[in-house]
Amino acid sequence: MSQTDVRMDGSPRLRGAREATPGSAGRRRERLMVPRADFDSYYGRPVLNEPTWRAPDIAGYLFLGGLAGACSTLAAAAELTGRPRLARSGKVAALCALGGSVYALIHDLGRPERFVNMLRVFKVTSPMSVGTWILTAYGPQAGCAAAADVSGRLPRLGRAAAVGAGLTGPALATYTAALICDTAVPAWHEAYREMPFLFAGSATAAAGGLGMLAAPLEEAAPARRAAVLGTAVECVAATRMERRLGPLAEPMRRSRLLRAGEALCLAGALAGITVGRRSRIAAVAAGAALLAGSACTRFGIFRAGMESANDPKYTIRPQRKRLAKARAERELE
Amino acid sequence: MREQPVPGRVGFFTDTSICIGCKACEVACKEWNAVPQGGLDFTGMSYDNTAGLGADTWRHVAFIEQRRPLGHQEPGVGDMDFRWLMASDVCKHCTHAACLDVCPTGSLFRTEYGTVVVQEDVCNGCGYCVPACPFGVIGKRESSGVAAKCTMCYDRLGAGQEPACAKTCPTDSIQFGDLDELRERAQRRLEQVREAGATSARLYGHDPGDGVGGTGAFFLLLDEPEVYGLPPDPVVTTRDLPSMWRHVGVAALGLLAGMAAVAWRRR
Repeated sequence: MSQTDVRMDGSPRLRGAREATPGSAGRRRERLMVPRADFDSYYGRPVLNEPTWRAPDIAGYLFLGGLAGACSTLAAAAELTGRPRLARSGKVAALCALGGSVYALIHDLGRPERFVNMLRVFKVTSPMSVGTWILTAYGPQAGCAAAADVSGRLPRLGRAAAVGAGLTGPALATYTAALICDTAVPAWHEAYREMPFLFAGSATAAAGGLGMLAAPLEEAAPARRAAVLGTAVECVAATRMERRLGPLAEPMRRSRLLRAGEALCLAGALAGITVGRRSRIAAVAAGAALLAGSACTRFGIFRAGMESANDPKYTIRPQRKRLAKARAERELE
Repeated sequence: MREQPVPGRVGFFTDTSICIGCKACEVACKEWNAVPQGGLDFTGMSYDNTAGLGADTWRHVAFIEQRRPLGHQEPGVGDMDFRWLMASDVCKHCTHAACLDVCPTGSLFRTEYGTVVVQEDVCNGCGYCVPACPFGVIGKRESSGVAAKCTMCYDRLGAGQEPACAKTCPTDSIQFGDLDELRERAQRRLEQVREAGATSARLYGHDPGDGVGGTGAFFLLLDEPEVYGLPPDPVVTTRDLPSMWRHVGVAALGLLAGMAAVAWRRR
């Protein structure tokens, strides 16, 4: 019969606590003092150090930078095709998104007061350095274009600035793909072939959404088409990425944010070219869905990368596979 | 992106087969470089509560317990096979250093000794070097907001001294010297260890043909690298950067063309 220790049920057979036998309750189970070592890794700890970037800043910047760049391009195209109100909304939105971008970038620095140190060098090996110079080239033009349009002064300078911002905008919208892919984070690095297209598509969809949201129906046709085009590119790029990466894309396939992003963009784009052509309210709702979808996609990609950096299997398994392949090839020769 | 190693490049050869896990290297490093404490953690991972390299840990001693024999050693714990692997990890001072490549301020630079060092007064704490490092070495220090990692005791090298960890290592598991000479020494040591029965011994980071062009700090390991928390086949991320820029360029032009197409269609 098993001995009973201290009991809470008030049983008459209860012995006093002083007589309790320590360590006698239940059968002895095998317990490892050390966590069972999974020798594919060092105690399951990540190989990489987790990126110090914070999601609201950097994922937020991926979205805002893309929005600003694509909005400037859409605005320039609208201006050159005689759609002044679509152009104005694009220019103002681009300037606001640019402000948010610069704030997020500086806020994420460990020493924000030293942000000007980025301008000490130009390094093509550092997408962040290239991005700094893209922002430096793009920012004043976007600001000038918006200021000239809203104030109505210096129209020719404003037009030149709008075209300039429209030409540099795509660089701002897509370089961020190189920014995150040029790291050792497995899900980002290995996705470098599709990421620029995913980001270009997402930015185009967001700019289209903003145009639908802010411009009157009769001028918003390019915005509606941009939303459809951007969403299509984004979805195709995401599908190809997930297929090509195989097991590495697990964090992306699992991501609810990415699924929500796709659903919102698809819904927004479809609503935009159907009911959004006739109803102002529908256009506003579709535009908002597209903006939210684009933001979800960027935050989803950011999170998926973080997840892949924090799990050693995503670092070790592909490298093991690469080594095995190289060995097999050597043996064949 | 592809710096040539300067003549007279120095490095570490960490021979883990004679590491006794005393952590004197961790202590000496902290003392000499005034590295702040990284918090008092209890990890429950063998005798390792430092966990890994980062801004406040520039040397890290890994403890691995395995129920496997080490060479012909008799562990003396009944019938059970048992071995302890200990290894002092450090910044690899890669030939192709991703942290240095991606640094947007030029704070990280290559010294005249072929090592990679952060200039604390230039770094603005963007944190790009942290995910760029394929070994998980460099980190951003919370207290100062800037990146920090092993300097291979840049100040001591200038005075003709060896780095503090190598100086203090009681078994000479950490050896400092001319990199070419260390590589030869390591090769001889590897043969010796293998002859002694430790057939799983291998060198790690010694090969200039690997994905990071060989490391300035390399190791003699007794098991697969990932067992020690090291990546089995690290590649400098900037190796693919030319292709990344091409893809970005095509995507940017595509965006421009797409926007033009949607605006000029059916005027």
